[in-house]
Amino acid sequence: MSSSSADKPSVIKARAGLFWLQKTETVQDEEVDGEYGLVINGHSLAFALEKDLQLELLRTASAHIGVGISGQEGMQAVLSSDFSFAQFRYLQRLLLVHGRWSYLRMCKFLQYFFYKNFTFTFVHFWYAFFCGFSAQTVYDEWFITLYNLMYTALPVLGLSIFDQDVNDRWSFQYPQLYTPGQLNQYFSKKAFVRCMMKSCYSSLILFFIPWAAMHDTVRDDGKDIADYQSFALLAQTCLLIVMSIQLSLDTHYWTAVNQFFVWGSLAGYFAITFTMYSNGMFLIFTSAFPFIGTARNSLNQPNVWLTIFLTSLLCILPVVAFRFILIQLRPTINDKVRHKMRKEALPAPTKPVRVKRISTRRSGYAFSHSQGYGDLVTSRKFLLKIPVRTRPALFTETDSPLAQNQPQHYRTITEEPEGSQSP
Amino acid sequence: MMASSYNAKDEDGHITVTGPGGGTLRSKKPENTAFKQQRLPAWQPILTAGTVLPAFFIIGLIFIPIGIGLYVTSNNIKEFEVDYTGVDMSSPCFNCSQNFSWNSTTPCTCTIPFFLEQPYESNVFMYYGLSNFYQNHRRYVKSRDDSQLNGDMTSLKEPSKECEPYAYHDNKPIAPCGAIANSMFNDTLELFYNDPNGTKVQIPLTNIGIAWWTDKHVKFKNPGAGEANQNLTAVFQGTTKPLNWRRPVYELDAAANNNGFINEDFIVWMRTAALPTFRKLYRIIKSPSNGMMPTMPRGNYTLEVVYNYPVRSFEGRKRMILSTISWMGGKNPFLGIAYITVGSVCFFLGVVLLIIHHKCGNRNNSADISN
Repeated sequence: MSSSSADKPSVIKARAGLFWLQKTETVQDEEVDGEYGLVINGHSLAFALEKDLQLELLRTASAHIGVGISGQEGMQAVLSSDFSFAQFRYLQRLLLVHGRWSYLRMCKFLQYFFYKNFTFTFVHFWYAFFCGFSAQTVYDEWFITLYNLMYTALPVLGLSIFDQDVNDRWSFQYPQLYTPGQLNQYFSKKAFVRCMMKSCYSSLILFFIPWAAMHDTVRDDGKDIADYQSFALLAQTCLLIVMSIQLSLDTHYWTAVNQFFVWGSLAGYFAITFTMYSNGMFLIFTSAFPFIGTARNSLNQPNVWLTIFLTSLLCILPVVAFRFILIQLRPTINDKVRHKMRKEALPAPTKPVRVKRISTRRSGYAFSHSQGYGDLVTSRKFLLKIPVRTRPALFTETDSPLAQNQPQHYRTITEEPEGSQSP
Repeated sequence: MMASSYNAKDEDGHITVTGPGGGTLRSKKPENTAFKQQRLPAWQPILTAGTVLPAFFIIGLIFIPIGIGLYVTSNNIKEFEVDYTGVDMSSPCFNCSQNFSWNSTTPCTCTIPFFLEQPYESNVFMYYGLSNFYQNHRRYVKSRDDSQLNGDMTSLKEPSKECEPYAYHDNKPIAPCGAIANSMFNDTLELFYNDPNGTKVQIPLTNIGIAWWTDKHVKFKNPGAGEANQNLTAVFQGTTKPLNWRRPVYELDAAANNNGFINEDFIVWMRTAALPTFRKLYRIIKSPSNGMMPTMPRGNYTLEVVYNYPVRSFEGRKRMILSTISWMGGKNPFLGIAYITVGSVCFFLGVVLLIIHHKCGNRNNSADISN
């Protein structure tokens, strides 16, 4: 992994996969910005956890995750790590594919969740000016109950489980896609404030367009449509449709499950609403379902549907326009790769990547069951900077039946024999 | 180093553990299915110029005609409004509004003349409108008993707690209970046409068919409904009328299908409005059967008001509205204007995006994705 060393000599965070720490000077807490501390195997972990290093390790533990590798040297790393697996090469997949997807999903989920709940709440704020500040809800109480529980739960769950921006092979081919996660770009304080402003705008649209459309209006047979129950139904339908469309815009990977969740939730909303507002439910539970007849009487009006249509488009079109402009003017690495993905076929998985690497790739071989490149590591021929001090080899040869195993075939790094190689 | 078990690594690097007994344990490797390995077939849309720009233009092209249609329809609806609160000294109803008292037995009437510029065809709908009346206040909205209004005998004698403090009076249950029922609109409005000969013709007003069908037939029922020859006075024995009413609920109308809880004026009032300025359907003026004459020809009219409803104490206003109806409801130019505006903005935005795409759209196609 990355191996740039700290400028200050007091702490050298990561160097060729081995862990050094100056015992004599105090460790300063410094920002980890793209540097990684790696503890490769049980021996180096055991070294790092020596009694007087343990505290310093914990204090400087600004690592985001700990990854341990289970194997012959024991399970200590596994016990103290967040993730563990059996081979070092899985780290690439863990970071570049799963870590990246996880960050992306988490940020999308958070942004969407804040957006939908802020919008929902701000609409009540605007209504307060029109209901005498009496805290009357705009929406039906059942809708408020079921909004987060049923109507918007499954789609966002589908987004958080399945969403990908590019698939795993493209992730390998373009490790630069990992940068937004390091730079905290997808969800930061700025992103949160942007989300709030978007919510504010959406809530204005979601309240005032129905307000203006229903102001002093009647049905097409002259009867009432500007009553509280019809207005509530209109406002909640607008809200839900806008939220569903917003989620659809956010979802970049539409599996069959996503389709089912999104359309199913919308259909479920209408089904549940019509059921709750039906004669039967009213006659059985009279005080619980007072909205009887509202859905039938207001949703057959053309101007109600025209209002819903207008509201949804007014909320969504600025988002689409803004995103499109950003893609055109300032495409991120993500946008570029996704555009490329549409045009070209998938890169073959076995194709070696001609990525220029500095010679620290040898650090990947520091862990192996055969003798491997341990001598090379300890001879420090690959280091760019002058090392602080020499260290003895951290692991001895293991004399196990596995020593006769062939070295693992690493599909993504071309092997170049350098130095001694095990037979 | 564990010497007791032999851990063999297969090509994919997973460990199949052979137990001491000799049998192979189950592999912990996740299945290589599309679902578990996140390789499900999926549609991956992205925002390209080929989808976004046509969408904007199409939306613009659809919205503008819809907006024009809505606007033209709204303009063709005829509406007339007269405020009869009596705020000004010169208003005919000024005396009634000033001299209002709850205990007066003689009703106060006032007469307002007006002139209709255009004849009104087909059905004309007469509304009363109130302003600054917060029928959407939270405490007000919940002050009703739907079970009682549905004809439940238990609730008739024991109104729910939500109706407090309008539930009992003089130890008798109030029917109908609650603040909404108590504040029912009780002005009487009558229309007269002054034809060119000078005679005053009363315009027939229909008071049936003004409430929602579901309200009239499902939500509101008189107690003891379903019994033949019900005598409403007997059914409501033991209850008392709401405080602000002049007559009890079983005397709202002489007609049996419009008396008691299913009185349509009452039902219309109980459907609380969403906003502080609202209108409610009062009467319908049906178009004449011969179809040749307009329902309300152009000319002088008189509105006679029996002024029972006080609104001046909370700066409210009362008005009478006459309106024709179309497929989009009453006169409301907002939707038409909004659609035209949004359509034009959309179209304009499409043009702007097209220009942006034309000038700077190639940044995505550059093959160099920097390292």
